[in-house]
Amino acid sequence: MSDYQYDNQTVRGFILSSIFWGVVGILVGLLISVQMWKPEFNFPPYFTFGRLRVVHTNGLAFGLGLGAIFGITYYIVMRLCKRPLLFPKLARYHLYFFNVAIALAAVSLFAGMNQSLEYAELEWPLDIAVVILWVIFAVNVFGTIIKRREEQMYISLWYIIATVVAVAVLYIVNNLAAPAGPFKSYSVFAGVNSANVEWWYGHNVVGFIFSTPILAMFYYFLPKSTGIPIYSHRLSIVAFWSLIFAYLWTGAHHLIYTPVPDWIQTLAIVFTMFLIAPSWGSVVNGYYTIGSDWSSMKNNYLTKFFLLGITFYGLQTVQGPTQGLRTVSQLIHYTDWVPGHVHMGTMGWVTLTATASMYYIIPKIHDTEIYSVRVANTHFWLVLIGQLIFSLTMWITGIQQGALWKAVNADGSLQYTFMETLSKNYPYWKMRTGAGVIFTVGMLFFIYNIYMTIRKGKALQGREVAR
Amino acid sequence: MKGQLYKNPILFAVVSTLVILIGSIIMMVYPMMTREMHPKLEALKPYTALQLAGKDIYQREGCNNCHTQTVRPLRAEVARYGEYSKAGEFAYDRPFLWGSKRTGPDLARVGGKYPDMWHYRHFENPRAFFVESNMPAYGWLKDAKLDPKDMEAHMKVNGFPYTPEEMTTLLSKTELDALVAYMQVIGTAVTRKLAAAPAAAAENEGKNPLAGDTHAIHEGKELFDSNCSACHGGKGEGGIGPALTDKVQLSDGKIYTTIDKGTQGGMPPFGAGMDKKKIWSLVSYVRSLQTK
Repeated sequence: MSDYQYDNQTVRGFILSSIFWGVVGILVGLLISVQMWKPEFNFPPYFTFGRLRVVHTNGLAFGLGLGAIFGITYYIVMRLCKRPLLFPKLARYHLYFFNVAIALAAVSLFAGMNQSLEYAELEWPLDIAVVILWVIFAVNVFGTIIKRREEQMYISLWYIIATVVAVAVLYIVNNLAAPAGPFKSYSVFAGVNSANVEWWYGHNVVGFIFSTPILAMFYYFLPKSTGIPIYSHRLSIVAFWSLIFAYLWTGAHHLIYTPVPDWIQTLAIVFTMFLIAPSWGSVVNGYYTIGSDWSSMKNNYLTKFFLLGITFYGLQTVQGPTQGLRTVSQLIHYTDWVPGHVHMGTMGWVTLTATASMYYIIPKIHDTEIYSVRVANTHFWLVLIGQLIFSLTMWITGIQQGALWKAVNADGSLQYTFMETLSKNYPYWKMRTGAGVIFTVGMLFFIYNIYMTIRKGKALQGREVAR
Repeated sequence: MKGQLYKNPILFAVVSTLVILIGSIIMMVYPMMTREMHPKLEALKPYTALQLAGKDIYQREGCNNCHTQTVRPLRAEVARYGEYSKAGEFAYDRPFLWGSKRTGPDLARVGGKYPDMWHYRHFENPRAFFVESNMPAYGWLKDAKLDPKDMEAHMKVNGFPYTPEEMTTLLSKTELDALVAYMQVIGTAVTRKLAAAPAAAAENEGKNPLAGDTHAIHEGKELFDSNCSACHGGKGEGGIGPALTDKVQLSDGKIYTTIDKGTQGGMPPFGAGMDKKKIWSLVSYVRSLQTK
């Protein structure tokens, strides 16, 4: 036994907060999916699609995403450094401040305070709050790693360090703005230049919130939960450095055929294609790791979460670069294909990996077993089916819409009015809502399982104290 | 050194930062320092206070979540929306509002496409114009007043010129007025180049090959109901647009051209979305309204 105690309370607090904001984000997602085919479900001023869509994306990226990343990273860092956090009290304040900031962020977005930068919608006072949150996180992570009791830094720590520095640079630069009041600002960047800065940020914040910290979880919890060591250390070194090198070049693939200079678009496409290699470095590493003992797929309920998670990561990182190509972009850009793509990454890769990590952590810190493997399996299949239906329907209708937009008669006139191309989306948008419901039910099974596990853990603890 | 890298977190952070900065500098910082990233068309004017207020509302309501403001240089897209977007059009947009999803149509060339009244009616009830539209209604904006004090601060931060009188006129304006004013200025720095339907010019003096054709009149009525009735009334009795029931001495060719190309600041062009046969069918139907 060790002579120190891990700060499990803060870790658990972040995980539960993350789940709470996740529920909010998912419910808003369901509502806006209905608004897409039933405009009567818009309730102005606070509950119109235009305002809610950013509540959905920010709630899930920052509420669910960051909450999970903060909590799980603290968990990983303590174990890999064989010591408690350097500043446990600061971590506790970090947790409180996080929830206050996310609540204020949600309120501000409902109120329409919006910088109109995708994934950087929050207005300047909240930007400052996010930066403070990040600094607290960085201080604790770096301090703990510096004072660690383990010589080597494991792969997960590399990804965590890269996440901390990259998000700081990206977030601060893209949010630079001149305030024009307490809740309104104008970006210091204008026009074409602001587009280039925004997508340098937008693409990479996906990279450094939805890729690198999730990879840190993957590299830590896959071996932990299966007992199989990572297949190749060398491959993970090559994959890590080439990933963080190439990522920052690629943002302009969001701006194909816009007035941004051609050379920027082309260079971004080239690096986007290159990015397949380091992404698949992790995919191959994951597959070979599990491949050394396939029986773990059967014996361990968590293995399939990680395997499917990394599979969707692999599919995502091939589909993404393909979309960057000019010919493909021409057809699918601006259509529903793109939400289909995004949700494969978020509902597939991110959620599967993060929930599996939580399934591992919660019983561990309560010194018990998971409440029900069966419930976990039900959760798994529901979110998998929900996500697949979501992505498939959006891909189909996206291609359809792209094709209808392009269709011309022999005399050069368009074959379809915009309304005709829009109304053909309706059946797919309805199916997408159905997919969302299935996914949500799956997440409810997850939440129930986590809740019951905590209850079981507390009951055990109580018995021990009584003894 | 190599062994140190994986043992020293500070060194690791420094090296990671440098690796991350290479791509950032080449793709983001360097272009920012070149002139090609800061172009401005000569015809581009700073926003007026009313237009800026409209743009603020556009951002507040998240219109850019469903509407793009950039036309790609692709044939079908230019035919649908108009001249493709130029780098120099956006110098006064902080930030750009190009968007990334077209749940609704692109708005890069919407300025001047419809009369003001069209926008007011459409904002109040989008489904009165497009039955299957999924756009939320924004009629509630007409109950909200503008705040000249706020707008003065916004104009100052943007460095746009304004006069005190201009600020006073805002007192009598609603948020809906502002939004419509913004709609009408989007994309107007680029001369509105109407999508030229290739063979249209020849038709101008042409006679309607489908004149009096009952089948064509029937098809024309269907087209009229879904494209024209919102402005011209269900039976051509007029509304936002003029009545079509009077016997006027317009030639078939003239009516064809009006439908095809639209009129400046009045009727939008429909030529890009209809082939010759459809337009002639409409002409036949419009004629049938006159004889009644």
